Amino acid sequence: MDPSKIHEDKRRFVLHVVEERRIKFIQLWFTDVLGIPKSFQITPAELASALDEGMIFDGSAIDGFSRIQESDVIARPDPDSFTILPNQPHVARMFCDIVNLDGTPFDGCPRNVLKRTLERTRALGLTFFVSPEIEYFYLDPTTTKPLDEGSYFDLSLSDTGSEIRKETVFALEETGIAVKYSHHEDGPSQHEIDLRATDALAMADNIITARLIISRTAANAGVLATFMPKPLAGVQGSGMHLHMALFDADENIFADSSSADGLSKRAHHFIAGLLAHAGEITAVTNQWVNSYKRLVPGYEAPAHIAWAHHNRSALVRVPVAPSTREENYQVEYRAPDPGCNPYLAFSVILAAGLDGLINELDLPRERNENLFTLPDSKRDALDIIPLPSSLEEALLLMEESALVRDTLGDHVTEWFIRNKHAEWDRYNTRISQYELGRYLRAL
Amino acid sequence: MTTVAVYSPKNVNRVIDFYDDTGYEFLPIDAEEVTLPGQVTGVIVDATTDFEQAVTVCRGIRKHRENGIVLLLLIERHQVKELALREGMIDDFVVSPFDRAELAVRLQHLLARHGQPEEHSRIMIGPLMLDTDTYQASLAGTPMDLTYMEYELLRFLASHPGKVFSRETLLSRVWGYEYYGGARTVDVHIRRLRAKLGEAYDSLIQTVRSVGYKFGLPSELLDDLEEQSDF
Repeated sequence: MDPSKIHEDKRRFVLHVVEERRIKFIQLWFTDVLGIPKSFQITPAELASALDEGMIFDGSAIDGFSRIQESDVIARPDPDSFTILPNQPHVARMFCDIVNLDGTPFDGCPRNVLKRTLERTRALGLTFFVSPEIEYFYLDPTTTKPLDEGSYFDLSLSDTGSEIRKETVFALEETGIAVKYSHHEDGPSQHEIDLRATDALAMADNIITARLIISRTAANAGVLATFMPKPLAGVQGSGMHLHMALFDADENIFADSSSADGLSKRAHHFIAGLLAHAGEITAVTNQWVNSYKRLVPGYEAPAHIAWAHHNRSALVRVPVAPSTREENYQVEYRAPDPGCNPYLAFSVILAAGLDGLINELDLPRERNENLFTLPDSKRDALDIIPLPSSLEEALLLMEESALVRDTLGDHVTEWFIRNKHAEWDRYNTRISQYELGRYLRAL
Repeated sequence: MTTVAVYSPKNVNRVIDFYDDTGYEFLPIDAEEVTLPGQVTGVIVDATTDFEQAVTVCRGIRKHRENGIVLLLLIERHQVKELALREGMIDDFVVSPFDRAELAVRLQHLLARHGQPEEHSRIMIGPLMLDTDTYQASLAGTPMDLTYMEYELLRFLASHPGKVFSRETLLSRVWGYEYYGGARTVDVHIRRLRAKLGEAYDSLIQTVRSVGYKFGLPSELLDDLEEQSDF
């Protein structure tokens, strides 16, 4: 089929649906480099020209976009992403790609970064599928305390959080975001929603949408939903484990029924790539100062670079497939948290795995020991390296990484490193409640 | 005699005056009178004072009488671009300043043609209705909110009921170009479509093991339809 005909068809589809369904506003969505959603709203009268030419705006207002001398950029809506928003029947949204005035992809646009990485994957004949487990807390907006003391899979009769979560799942489904499971997580008022796998670009869009729907549904019920990685000391933090698979046409290349563990050689290389680059991509998958308070031993989050089938203290887990159906062979990467920018996180994780695949890296031995309780000396002897323990440490590794720079491009890499060092410095010069409590009277 | 309804919030008589020697019978209407008597076959709607109001009137009229009526809209030059989004709502428009002869001829032509109202091309199969002109899908009368690819996939399958298509075929025929998702994307969209069809109708799209998918009406659904048709 002729691409220009398809484009025209998509354009007509969007225009017609807007007319027929009485859409009054169309929101154009994109994210800044940190993954914070941005949007502007247009009316149906502006839609045709938005689809044809895009909407020009001043990029210097967006974090990570700024280049003062040439700050105007164009948001070009992607008609594939046109969706009527749930509970707002007269509002629809489309995700945008950001392009320069001459029509070339804008380097600061995270969606472009992921598209570029997916193009590379496609050149290898492969497609990348992701299924995330999104964890978050419901808190009382005034006290910022949890709503309940429930825990993992609890079923209770009057549970505000679970009611809100149920409503959220309906809203997600209505938006076309398929939910696999949802349940109460281990922490008080902590919940988890798992999305069904889609291709990585659609999933990154879905995660941005899901975060907004989760927050809005909670806000409508007078509750605060937070994706802060570690909002409460002493209980589990919120992660966003990613289940991943690579397909060659119809075939999951991670599966090989003739091997002992059902995993293919290529799966081994991919995991080896993840492990080899884990340290240098952590600043992207865990981009906040607070992210590193989750990546500590003793909870469900990984703190060391290792892989295993069953070990929940490992960074990469290959869950045992409930059946031998090949789509069940997935690699789970457990470091990311729901505060990451999914476009960039998917890009660097995929690049790390592909590097392993292309260079046929050897897979280190599986680690079934509890890595949290293993003494340091033993870990050193086994050559098990910890993940970076702070944003600063992660940034230092990222700065050295050719893989990250190649994947994110110079514009995003440099802005990200600058912005994150500044954040670290701001954090470091603050005096915390902990310090005041501990030292003020004692010293 | 041909009866033409005229809606003009500012000056109905000015509009009617344009036509005084046409031999039509004119019926001034106001914004609420969208259910028109059967003998009315043409409507002139003046949008020059309040465009949105005029659009609402047109929609209202169309809602009650889809065929057998022609709509002529009078607009200002700057309002032309608004019409790009509203295909199918009106039959023709005339831009101010209005030329008396032009208005009369346009109306005459429209009315002459209305004996053969253009049919929307539709695919109707069981409870599903797809309007391929307006990209609308409805299920048992309820409109479905679909994305572009979901609509295209449903249209393709419903256009070939009973025929089995492999994922690869669907990808090349429906998506028509290399997409990031590859063949697995078809599964994702089928699952979403089934979810939107709901439990009652998700079996309209059937999986044919290790081959692909087809659109089909299961026998129990056919029974349901027959039962419904008794009412």
